[in-house]
Amino acid sequence: MTASTTAARPGAAPEVSGAARVPLRSRTFLRGLPLLPAVVLLLVFLAGPIVYCVYYAFTDMQLTGQTTTHFVGLANFRKAFGDDRFYNAILQTLVFTVLSAIVGQNILGLVIAMLFRLATKAVRSIVGALVVAAWVVPEIVAGYLLYAFFRDEGSLNEILAFLHLPQQNWLYTMPILAVSLANVWRGTAFSMLVYSAALSEVPQELTEAAAMDGAGLWQRFWHVTLPTIRRSVATNLMLITLQTLSVFGLIFAMTKGGPSNKSTTLPIYTYQTALQSYEIGYGTAMALVLLVIGALFSLVYLRALRPEAD
Amino acid sequence: MAITQAELPTSGAGTVAGTRKGPSRRSVHAAGKVAANLVLVVIGLAFLVPLLWVVTTSVAEGQTLRVQWPEHFTGANFANVATTDILFRPLLNGLILCGGGTLVTVVVAILAAYPLSRYKSRLKRPFLLTILFTTGLPITAIMIPVYAMFTQLNLIDQMWSATVFMGSTALPFGIWLMKNFMDGVPVELEEVAWTDGASSMATLRRIVLPLMWPGVIVVTIFTFIGMWGNFFVPFILLIDPNQLPASVSIFTFFDPQHGGVQYGQLAAFSIFYCIPVAVLYLVMSRRLSGSFALGGALKG
Repeated sequence: MTASTTAARPGAAPEVSGAARVPLRSRTFLRGLPLLPAVVLLLVFLAGPIVYCVYYAFTDMQLTGQTTTHFVGLANFRKAFGDDRFYNAILQTLVFTVLSAIVGQNILGLVIAMLFRLATKAVRSIVGALVVAAWVVPEIVAGYLLYAFFRDEGSLNEILAFLHLPQQNWLYTMPILAVSLANVWRGTAFSMLVYSAALSEVPQELTEAAAMDGAGLWQRFWHVTLPTIRRSVATNLMLITLQTLSVFGLIFAMTKGGPSNKSTTLPIYTYQTALQSYEIGYGTAMALVLLVIGALFSLVYLRALRPEAD
Repeated sequence: MAITQAELPTSGAGTVAGTRKGPSRRSVHAAGKVAANLVLVVIGLAFLVPLLWVVTTSVAEGQTLRVQWPEHFTGANFANVATTDILFRPLLNGLILCGGGTLVTVVVAILAAYPLSRYKSRLKRPFLLTILFTTGLPITAIMIPVYAMFTQLNLIDQMWSATVFMGSTALPFGIWLMKNFMDGVPVELEEVAWTDGASSMATLRRIVLPLMWPGVIVVTIFTFIGMWGNFFVPFILLIDPNQLPASVSIFTFFDPQHGGVQYGQLAAFSIFYCIPVAVLYLVMSRRLSGSFALGGALKG
């Protein structure tokens, strides 16, 4: 993926030979040299494990009770696609990602950023600080805070009781909703910051001109604001989607995937399989599926980022 | 980027304008302001309540899971966790792990950002898109092979290898941000230095870095905050309890051997654990209006 970048322009005019090319080539190489440490680290610690991930996924590697590792072909994937818990994990992952990132963080972040443009400065800075505070809090602490919040005897039920609304034991009845809301609480700041910066660059004249022409709030948003910040939306969606797909600590701290797997997303199930049951081969096969899901989401967003789409 | 007039909703605009009536623009604006403030206050409260719990619980006697004014204030929770084993060693471990990792990320990202920002190449765009994709690479997905690799190479449970790995995982985001910040430094200044015969590394050190130090600080602090909260990587790669950072050692409060969950101590520990990153973030946003610098650097 990255190795050839140091020798930039390898195919440039390959037929031309002679002295003139050599200094240019070595200059290009020297120019790319500062990339080398980054490329090495990325290859060893990120690309390497991905390759290993692919390899292990086709073996029956286990960490205990077995000395040799055999190539087993597609057996792990066949096992996965016959495994109800695996389907459940994919479903939970998609629900979690769509609910908490694509809908929750993304829209709430945009709404907050837009309201900030209307609100008074004091409200803006206090609410902004609170949202960011939730984001700066370490993942595990956030997990415990929200565990306490959603518990049967926690703050949410107290608030609901105060408002005379029905209460329930959220972590048992709908754990995936609880962890999704927790992820919205924790991650919205990122979208809010991205959209605040993006909205500040939407030219005022443009929205004002549209308002003059009688465009309503919704029309102005849909036809003026949104097209202008389109690239920020795509970048933001890509980053938060990928981030949310790999959330582990938050769910682990709140529910450990339970009860009865009702919040077991792929990262949790992978962890249980590979590092608690020591089935490395099967676990990496599932991790590979997670990578593929991430890549599919990215492809969709990258289309929106293509320069020619401007 | 630019919106042409043709994209504006011209058709039907007249009818909308025709139906507009009633209050003047100014009072509509004032009403909008009040409504925006109200909605924001409600959102702010929703973000505040879980945070409030940690504060009230940390100073309360006895166990509670809801936000309530403590009947008896106590400092015992803080005093109980402020020991070497419970608090100071995990914080120090976290400092070594995350400080070292941040150093790796920032230095390597600065080096990598320079050619990406300054030179043209056909490979640049694919490389940058790869970086962007890797930014969100589900680290949880590759931790299993990383664990297997570290076990085979005898790197498991070693502070330095975990540090370098942490640095590498933060690298894509670091490079991406750093490159965008570096793009903001005009290249003309360097061209003068180049014609004077300065090497690119010399111009990077003497011209580019001094001009983009706010960007470097933003990347440094964000990398550190990200690592400080990272639970999964040290949870998998480090085993010896004496090496665990605070993000993992916090689990001991859930140890059944200590007689159930100690919520008061957990809350007090959490506050100690959050202080470094809260201070760093405050410093950054005060001095650099960092949040907006980050947002600006993230545009596609």
